[in-house]
Amino acid sequence: MNTPDAQRSTPNAPLDYLLHLADNALILGQRNAEWCGHGPILEEDLALANNSLDLIGQARLLYQHAARLKGDGATEDSLAYFRDVPDFRNFTLLELPHSPPLAATASGDRDYATTIVRNFLYSALMVLLWERLQDSADPQLAAIAAKSLKEVRYHLRHSRDWLVRFGDGTDESHARAQAALDHLMPYTQEFWTESAAEISAADTAAGVRASEIRADWNTLVDSALTEATLKRPSSQGYVSQGKHGVHSEHLGFVLAEMQSLARAHPQATW
Amino acid sequence: MSADQTPTAPALKEWPLWEVFVRSKQGLEHKHCGSLHASDAQHALQMARDVYTRRQEGVSIWVVPSATIAASDPGDKGEFFEPAADKIYRHPTFYVIPDEVGHM
Repeated sequence: MNTPDAQRSTPNAPLDYLLHLADNALILGQRNAEWCGHGPILEEDLALANNSLDLIGQARLLYQHAARLKGDGATEDSLAYFRDVPDFRNFTLLELPHSPPLAATASGDRDYATTIVRNFLYSALMVLLWERLQDSADPQLAAIAAKSLKEVRYHLRHSRDWLVRFGDGTDESHARAQAALDHLMPYTQEFWTESAAEISAADTAAGVRASEIRADWNTLVDSALTEATLKRPSSQGYVSQGKHGVHSEHLGFVLAEMQSLARAHPQATW
Repeated sequence: MSADQTPTAPALKEWPLWEVFVRSKQGLEHKHCGSLHASDAQHALQMARDVYTRRQEGVSIWVVPSATIAASDPGDKGEFFEPAADKIYRHPTFYVIPDEVGHM
């Protein structure tokens, strides 16, 4: 990289690694915000909106850092609102609708079990990742990690609590939680296939190798599933490629809604 | 189907009500700030965190089942509270405070 910042002595995380972390937070934040005004109960409506604002806040810090590295007039807004589907580096898991498997143009009722299972699987990963990124060689990323860790610990607590209540609840809630788990678990394979950005981040001690946290993640997931009396499905088959920019058909619809305002009124301020 | 034909009690459709008390950073005591529905105490604490402490309102939360609070009857207002209205001698307002004491 030839940007001035990258040549300083302070080691920065690779741009693609920061974008991967930022896109994860932004896309899940956008998805969870869909519940705003539609939550199953008032308290959960607020809880999900809180969760979204935490994630969008994390995304902003990461985009600001990435924009400084990228230079060339990039801003947090240009990174969030003026990139297209193949530029996004988020896990495919995070862009899926809040419903059982759907074709792109289909729509279904939002299913809270899907929301909770996804938040649980992702938060469990991020608690472990942010814990280690607090020691990142990139001081900016280390500071973002320390702030984000507190938020994501609560997200894990919230989603795990509901997961156990659903799994160990009524027949209906158990069946829905199990269905959501069966649907989403295969997408977690993507956590463990390292991208070039992750490998290069780990090599400069700015990032963390996924293999380092995999066993801990399995322990977190298994203990919650046991408590919830849910069966861990095998996670085999197609490995999604979102972090390489190859997305499901759903991301385009998420971006269309999220980016339309900024694109209709570029440079707008308020 | 009437309730007495059901062999076991039906699952609770409504979550019980909880009263929420929050202590602010400077505050010495927990203050009542509202109520919410939740299935149990842990659940109520978590929801209280999301509903009542989003704007840094507090550093500690108590939740109490509303049903366990014994409250005075508004109809008893006359005999409970009104007799105190004309006992102004119960307020310590008849003492002269020396200026040196300052604000008290």
